[in-house]
Amino acid sequence: MTPTPRGAPPFDEIVRRHGATVLRVCRAVLGPGPDADDAWSETFLSALRVWPAPVDNVEAWLVRIAHRKAIDVIRGRERRAVPTAEPAPSEARPAVDPAADATDEVWAAVADLPERQRLAVAYHWFGGLPHTETAELTGSTPAAVRRAAADGLATLRRVLAVHPTSDDPGAAQSPSSRRTGAHP
Amino acid sequence: MTAAPPPADPTTPASAFGVSDAELAALQARLADRAEADGLLDIAYRTIDSPIGPLLLAATEHGVLRVAFAGEGFDTVLQRLADRVSARILATPARTDPVARQLDEYFTGRRRSFDVRLDRRLSAGFRAAVQGLLPGVEYGRTVSYAELAARAGNPKAVRAVGTACATNPLPIVVPCHRVLRADGSLGGYLGGPDTKRYLLDLERTATAEEPR
Repeated sequence: MTPTPRGAPPFDEIVRRHGATVLRVCRAVLGPGPDADDAWSETFLSALRVWPAPVDNVEAWLVRIAHRKAIDVIRGRERRAVPTAEPAPSEARPAVDPAADATDEVWAAVADLPERQRLAVAYHWFGGLPHTETAELTGSTPAAVRRAAADGLATLRRVLAVHPTSDDPGAAQSPSSRRTGAHP
Repeated sequence: MTAAPPPADPTTPASAFGVSDAELAALQARLADRAEADGLLDIAYRTIDSPIGPLLLAATEHGVLRVAFAGEGFDTVLQRLADRVSARILATPARTDPVARQLDEYFTGRRRSFDVRLDRRLSAGFRAAVQGLLPGVEYGRTVSYAELAARAGNPKAVRAVGTACATNPLPIVVPCHRVLRADGSLGGYLGGPDTKRYLLDLERTATAEEPR
């Protein structure tokens, strides 16, 4: 327990300030559920291990860690996966439990995005990383990331317009109101 | 101590991607448990409600490190602990459960002295010596600053004794509220004069009700 440089915030404050953002990133990449929760825990545990870290932008730093932890989770899934005769899907989609409640409906919309768009939305739009850094993480180019993020958001707006949400976040927790309604 | 609001976007409702406080609280609790198990948690803290308002309790693996009054500003207190001891601080009841329970017993008049390990690293020198004498002042009794100076072996250090009491990092548990001015008037208190009076009245009442 060495005295820390003055002014480094208590780690608890980092968790309170950035916990929601990191969870959104993990959910966008992995789908809502235990995998995203695990990636969230591993992200903050790794960060705590080296806290206080000399970083300018704590949130961007956490998002980069979350990206690595999400990759670990995806690799773990692949190791556990049972090989079948069927060709592998060209894009790894996050698993969304069909029995999940309606809070997850919007996350299902995110999960349905093509991978490039989903990762661009996760790291740039949720995580606040610049296009250049998102491109670096996802092995793409800044221009492609910009287009993917814009396309992904456009799709989400369209889907969310079919499922209008009120200003009250609690409304997202009542499944019946939306399931019985506006499906064309 | 509220979570930061989700990022606002004018065109896509951020609330649609909301993560609930309950979900985050559960994740934070699990994180604290993991951090403790991995030896990464230097300071565990929690807040409790008491008759004198919310109290912050913080503990290291060595014992209770800090008891703070709401008036001190909990965020300020935590930042000072980060600066002086460690920034690896998380909210979890784990280590402060025993002192929280004993404080509850104290406030209901069922406890007269505290039996928890203390981490006294926030005090040093003469102040630490004075604070070390405070648990020797009996429940329901008071001493003067001058008397305490004499007990500390330095009768002239009345002012330094006052400072030692005013900077006690473990108020209530280490009972600096039992030290008064020589004329019997209250003197200062980090938690404010009303709090000091409340604690003294509590102890006087509990002592008076004691069967002889």
